[in-house]
Parts: sequence; structure tokens; C-alpha cells
Amino acid sequence: MIRYIIRRLLYMIPTLIGVSLLTFLLFFGIFSPETVARRNLSAKTPTQEQITTWIKEHGYDKPPVEQFKRHMDSLLRMNFGKSDKTKEVIWDRIHEGALPSFELASLSFLVTLGFGLFLAVVAAYLRGSYIDSVTMALAVVFMSIPIVVYVVGLQFLFGKILKYGPIAGYEPGIWGLRFMVLPVLVGLVSGAGYYVRLYRTFLLDETGQDYVRTARAKGVAENAVLFKHVLKNAMIPVVTTTVSAIPTLILGNLVLESFFGIPGLGSYLVNAISAQDFAVVRAMVYLGTLLYIFGLILTDVLYAALDPRVRLQ
Amino acid sequence: MIWQNIQANLPPIIVVALFIWVLNRSRREVLWAEAYRRLRKNKLAIGAIAVIVLYLGLVFLDSVSWQATKSAEPRSAMDALFQKPFENSYSAPLASVTSGEAVEHKLGAKHILGTDSVGEDVLYRVLKGMRTSFMIGGLSCAIAVPVALFLGLIAGYFGKFVDDAVTFLFTVFGSVPDILLIIATVMMLGRGLFSICFALGISSWIGLCRLVRGETLKHRDREYVRAAKALGVSDARILTKHILPNLLPSVIIAVTLLFSSLALYETILSYIGVGMGPEAGSWGNMIDSSRDELTRDPIMWWNLVFATTALLVLVLSLNILADALRDAIDPRLRTE
Amino acid sequence: MTPILEVHNLRTYLETPRGRAWAVDCVSFDLTPGKTRAIVGESGSGKSITALSIMQLLPEPAGFVDSGKILLEGKDLLDLTWNQMRDYRGRALAMIFQEPMTSLNPVFTIGNQVAESIVAHGGTWSDGKKRALELLERVGIGQPDMVLRQYPHQLSGGMRQRVMIAIALANRPKILIADEPTTALDVTVQAQILSLMREIQEEMGMAILLITHDLGVVAEMADDVSVMYAGQIVEDAEVHKLFRDPQHPYTIDLLESLPARQHRGKDLAVIEGTVPSATNWPKGCRYANRCQYSTPECTVALPPMVTAANGSLARCIRLEAVHQARATR
Repeated sequence: MIRYIIRRLLYMIPTLIGVSLLTFLLFFGIFSPETVARRNLSAKTPTQEQITTWIKEHGYDKPPVEQFKRHMDSLLRMNFGKSDKTKEVIWDRIHEGALPSFELASLSFLVTLGFGLFLAVVAAYLRGSYIDSVTMALAVVFMSIPIVVYVVGLQFLFGKILKYGPIAGYEPGIWGLRFMVLPVLVGLVSGAGYYVRLYRTFLLDETGQDYVRTARAKGVAENAVLFKHVLKNAMIPVVTTTVSAIPTLILGNLVLESFFGIPGLGSYLVNAISAQDFAVVRAMVYLGTLLYIFGLILTDVLYAALDPRVRLQ
Repeated sequence: MIWQNIQANLPPIIVVALFIWVLNRSRREVLWAEAYRRLRKNKLAIGAIAVIVLYLGLVFLDSVSWQATKSAEPRSAMDALFQKPFENSYSAPLASVTSGEAVEHKLGAKHILGTDSVGEDVLYRVLKGMRTSFMIGGLSCAIAVPVALFLGLIAGYFGKFVDDAVTFLFTVFGSVPDILLIIATVMMLGRGLFSICFALGISSWIGLCRLVRGETLKHRDREYVRAAKALGVSDARILTKHILPNLLPSVIIAVTLLFSSLALYETILSYIGVGMGPEAGSWGNMIDSSRDELTRDPIMWWNLVFATTALLVLVLSLNILADALRDAIDPRLRTE
Repeated sequence: MTPILEVHNLRTYLETPRGRAWAVDCVSFDLTPGKTRAIVGESGSGKSITALSIMQLLPEPAGFVDSGKILLEGKDLLDLTWNQMRDYRGRALAMIFQEPMTSLNPVFTIGNQVAESIVAHGGTWSDGKKRALELLERVGIGQPDMVLRQYPHQLSGGMRQRVMIAIALANRPKILIADEPTTALDVTVQAQILSLMREIQEEMGMAILLITHDLGVVAEMADDVSVMYAGQIVEDAEVHKLFRDPQHPYTIDLLESLPARQHRGKDLAVIEGTVPSATNWPKGCRYANRCQYSTPECTVALPPMVTAANGSLARCIRLEAVHQARATR
């Protein structure tokens, strides 16, 4: 097990290099150093001299290979340096943006998955009944509406009809959580359907297994059959799919953050792209990848912890 | 005249021909006939298929170019059938005057779904949007699927070094949030249908590839593969003639779902601003423009509602179809 | 001795896409304490469904018992609700299945699963754990304290089946139903499991209903045999009478086709034809299309169970003719 983890961690390095390379290529494929310089200098049309100086300052004049080597070097040391545009230290902004992102991500995650699991258990318990079919039908319908419609619609509903604010923005602290209501609601309505169906499938798959028949033959009560036997087995795929969704949350709530004006890491990144701030972009993507890979490793470890067949090899 | 028409319509004709060829080939497969029979009994699935066929028909109408004279603007068969004139401004469905203007103007014709800010008939926009969604879904899939199939098959089959390489590729591409990948690619290649499809294709091949790889791994050790190898069948042939057909059902289901999520994704892209340009008819644009339409007085809800409905019906049908296919093909049902 | 279980005219069907399949069509038999009855038949004859019908564990959502009576010590089990039936399952009625690997829950320890039999019927977990240890020893598992803490995938097939038996015995059942208990095991292990079952039967005096397709197992274990074909019992005889003096043409043909009966150099004897479809049983005798003694009269109506000369029961109207034909050969 330890050996496996170490191997995965080592494997991370080429992946990080690969991702950085990809980001590097993508960014400079879009924006030439000239354009970047122009964007980052003042609003007045910069002179050629100013541009050249800026490029020199930021090291964008060196040959690409050397630039890449330098940037890999600083990334590996987690020294992200300063933003090209605002000259802030990137790490500081990361600190600032981490809390709102984390709030949104964890709330939205817990609410959506929790609700999804709850409905899935209800539907599996009442399988074949009216409630089951209606729940599943609703799940599919809600999944089929684009998220932007929910955003527009709910903002309209809350803003104009119910006159309940706020519908965008952010404030830290407990009272500030009211800013989270709408984004989390949007996340819930658009995402829960998928999880309800997924988890229900896992539960029903287990219910069809032979060991359930044995448990019944022993005289075990139906509740115990579902909540002890089936649930514990179904937890394995539930947890692993859930955990493998976590890495996508890191930067994945990008969409929600930009729609609702939440100053988290996601919108930091999106703004950096439109501002052509490469230093920030590469730092954020790198960070995101790091967390993503950790998430993947965590998934594998959890899988082993939950399934004795994998653990006791 | 006819010859010119045919020339102009080459792409749709090719698509139809391909479709017929695939249908013919699959009719010979025994297992497919069984699944088909089961599918036929599912009334909901039939409904879903009918809807999709209807949409496809409309898309086809819109793709077939139909020109009265050579010098006229390029028009499709649908344009020819649709003759509602442009109005001045917004109007509600089935209204007789415009709304939201200081001075109301009388309308030239009955607009069932109303008109939008430039006076264009909303029904027309909805119908035009169909083609956009199908093109985006279709082209992106056409890009993602072959790549995913190829890489997934070789990764699962040959294992070791090849597998490591492919896994590396999709971890790298998978770690970059797909929104980013798409924004970046679109900015690189400029806006427009092809670049969007390319970008979407690049970000969607991963999920499919993982699926194909997993299934190939399962089949690689099956006895029929060992038997084929013992008979001296080449690897390429084993992959294409033996393993691939076994994967096809799962792949088809995955592609159906992918298509529907791509259609949904287009709306996000339009919302952010990297979608098709505003001139192109697309449901995403309609939803995007509804953002401030809803804040006006009176509330102009028709763009949002009808675009959403059209998209909802399509995505719902695709999801229902995917479910029905899964039920029809499921091996547990097959043992009865 | 009075029978402890009486099955009268049991009919069970399965809903399939092709219609209703009458898997068990008018089946009757008795179980006597201390004795073993084997139900023998090929795949699809309905023997497993019969067993599941008694336990009322038919596959959901497709299986239903249509009619008949299942009397356990006089009480009709088919009248009971699920919860009332639960009282019998794992106590008076126990069942073991064919595939011990999938029949055990992979994420719980052996100890947990054996103890659960006690807990499900009102015992405490500590009682359960104690009893589990005793039971594992009784079924011949060496180092039972270690096995208690292991998981199913760590045991061999034979050991898993012993565990299944331990689970079944936990509450001293009056009836043990064994559905192909040895089919998935090696021949040597098979013999051990069967002798274990016989030992326990002698010790506890329980009745065993053994479902199998293997005539060798029947010869070794059974006291009485019911032969099933196409959802019905076609012959009901004591075991030695079945082998020495079979009555029904199907039984006769089955015994003829055993590899042991074949002669070197000659073609293997097979039974020509196929079993009719369960969704569409023919009107008359279901074996008629493959029977070498059949006449047109056989296809008119379903033959009733008649008592043959030697005391066995057989579902055939041509018993004397068959007997004659064989005697003159």
C-alpha cells in the first residue's frame, strides 16, 4: 500500500510537467508576448520601447525552451512569484480567494450529494413504487435543463418576484453565508439529478446480489438487509465516485463563481485569462493539477480502505 | 439546376448515406435484433426516438440548400418554407402589436412564439437553433469519438508502455479544467463553429476514452480473444472485428449522453461569451439575451422559455433513449 | 412417521418478456424428519424455483406463487405475511445455495455473518459470536477463531460452503433445503460436504430437501427421490427403487444415458429432442415428443400421477406397456 502511494506520487511529476507544458503552449499559442505586454501596460497606447522593456523585465524575450525551464523550476518550488498585471504576490491572492472557493465548493458538494444520496436511498427502498418512478422522472428532467437557465431563472425569481436578496456577490463570515444560498441552490437543482440516478443504480445493483438472498434466507429483517448489507457494499462505488468528483470542485465551480460574482480562486483564474496574466494562469492551473492528482490518489486509498477484497491482497 | 443543388447539398447527402449503410449492417446482427425488439416494446423510448427524428428532420430541412436563383442569398429549404417578415421590435406570442416600445407598432403577421429584440420571429430562431445544436453535438462527437476509441483500444489492449502513455495523456488533459481548455482553444482558433467543436472535442474525449479502455481491459482476457490469437489473427483484426463490436453498445450509450451534454454546454459557452457569435442562431444566444430581457417591463419571457423548452425536450429525449438502450442491451435481461 | 413438510399442488410462475412461464406446475411431495428427499432434474426443470417457493424467496420482481399449499407442521406457509414468514426463515427453515462465493457478503467477516443468524432471531451479538465459534468447529473448519475474523474471499470454496452450512444450522432448523450445494465444488470436496450434511442430519434429525442434477449425489444422499421434468414431478420413488426399477420413460432414458452405462465403441445414448418452452407447455404429456413409448393418446391430456406396480408414483398412462417393452428386451 505504501509502495503504491509512493509510486503514484512519483508518477505525479511527469504529469505536472505535462500540464505545465500544455498550459504554456496554450497560453502562448493565444497570446504573443507583445499582446501580453500591451495588455498589461497602461491604458494609453504604449510605445514600442515600453513594450520591449516590459517583455525584458518579465523574461518573455528569452527563447521558449529557456522560458519553459525557468517557469517549471519556479513552479516546482511552488514559488509563484508576482502577478504580471497587478504585481501582487500570487500566493497572497490565493490565500484570499481560498476561503470563498472552499465555502462554495464544500457547501455545494455536501448539499448536492447529501440530497442525492438521501433521495436515492428512498427510491431504492421504495423501488417499483409510484414515488420511485416520479423521483427518477423528475431527476432526469431537472438534469436536462441547462445550468444557465437555472442561473437566469433563479436570479430572476429571487430578485424580481420574491424580492429576496442578495443574488450575487460575497461576504465572509457566518452572516455572509446568505450569499451562498442562490449558488448552492443552482448547484443542487442542476447536479442532484445525476447523483440520485447514479446512487440508486449502485443500490439496486447490490440488491440483486446473491448475498442479499442469503441474508433474507437467514431471516434478517428487510431494513437490516438494506441498511446493513446493501448500503455497506454500495458505499464502495458511492464513495469512490464521490471522491473522484472532489478534484473537479477545486476549479470546477468556476462557472458558479463567475455567474454569481464570488471572488474565489475560480473567478481569479477566469479573470486572469481575460486579462492575459500568464503568471497567474500558470500558477492556478498548476495548483489545480496538484490538488486533482492528490484527489485521485485519495480515491484509490479510500477504495482500498473500504473494500476488504482490495485491501487484503 | 438539380446538379447544382446536389453539389451544394453534398454534406447532408453523405450523412444520410452513412446512416443508411449503418442501419443495413446492423440489421444483420442477431444480438442487435434482440435488443431492437426489446426497444420497440418500450413506448417511452419510441416517443423519444420520434422526437429526435423530428428534430433531425428539421435540421435536415435547414441543411438542404434551396435557392431560387444563383445570385440570391444562401437559403435552406427551411428558409424557403418560412416566410414571416421581420418586425420592428419585441412582441409577445400571438400578439398583434409590439411590446416594450414607446409607440406600439402593428405587426405584419402572426408570430406564434413572439419576436425578439430585432423583431425576428422566435419560432424561426428556435428552429434555426436546432441545426446549431446538432452541428455542435455531432461535429464534436465526430472529433472526440475516433480519438477516444483509438487511444482507448490500444491502451487497454497493448497495456504497459502504451497504456501508461495514454493514461498520462488523459490525466494531463483531465487535470486542466475543461472550461479553461475550451476558452483557451476558442481564443486560439477564433470564434466559430469549427473551433468550438474542436475545443469541445478535445475536452470530451477523456471520459469516453476511459470507458473504452476499461471495457477493452475486460475483454482482452476473455477466451474468445485468446482463441483468436491462437488462430493467428492479427492484433488489428482482433481489435476491430472482435473487441470493438462488443464495446459498441456501451459506446453508443455514452455517445448519446455526450451529445446531450454537449448541447447543454453550448449554452454555457454562449453565456460566457465564447460561443457562436450573436448572428448565428443558437439556443445559447437566446438564453444569453434573455438575461436582461427578464428585467425589462413588461417581462419578455418568450426567448428564454421557448429556447429552454426546445433544448429540454431534445436533451430529455436523448437521456430517455440512452436509458432505454441500456435496458435493451443489459446482459441481465439477456439471460431470460 | 408423519411428514414435517407437505407440498400440495404448488404452482409458481415467472413473468418473462415472452409471457408467463409456469416454472412449477402442480408439484406435490412430502419431507420426513431425518430423511433426505432429492429433487432431480435438468436445468430449467423448475427444481430451484420449487425450493425458492417454499422459502418464498422468488426472484423479484418476476416470480409469483400462484396456488397450492405448503404445510409446515400443519400450518400453510403461503398464508403468511413477509414478517411472519421471516420467523421461519433461518429457524425452522434453512437454505444453502449453489455459489458460496457470491452468497456471502464480501465486506463483512465470517464471524459477523454467522452470528447474524442468531441476532436476526433475537439473540445478542455476544451470544452470536459464541455460537459462531461452536458452529464453525462443528462443520469441520480448523482454526475457527482465525476464520471468524476473515473475509469470504480469503477462504476456499469448500470452506465457504461449510460456512454456509454453519449459518444454516445456527438455529437448529427442522428442514434444510440445499440447492445444488456441491455443484460448484471439486469432487473430493463434494464428498466431504455431503458426508458432513449426513452427519448433522443424523445428529439433529432434520429433514433435507436436496436439489441436484447429479444422479451420483442422489444415489449417495437420498432416501426418496422426485424426478422433475418441464415443471412437473414425473416420478416419485424410494431411491433404490428409482435406480433398479425406474418407471417413467424419462427416468429410464436418463439412467440409460449415464456415461457409466455406455459401452465402449458404441455411440453415446442421448435423449433426442428438446424440452418444450415454459411459456407454452403442450396440452398432453410433456415428455411425449421425446418418449420412445408414446402414443397419440399421450398428447391428449396431462397424465395424472399413478401408482406403479412397485409402489413408486409416475406421471404416465403407459406404465404397463413400458414395463412389457423393457421386459421383452
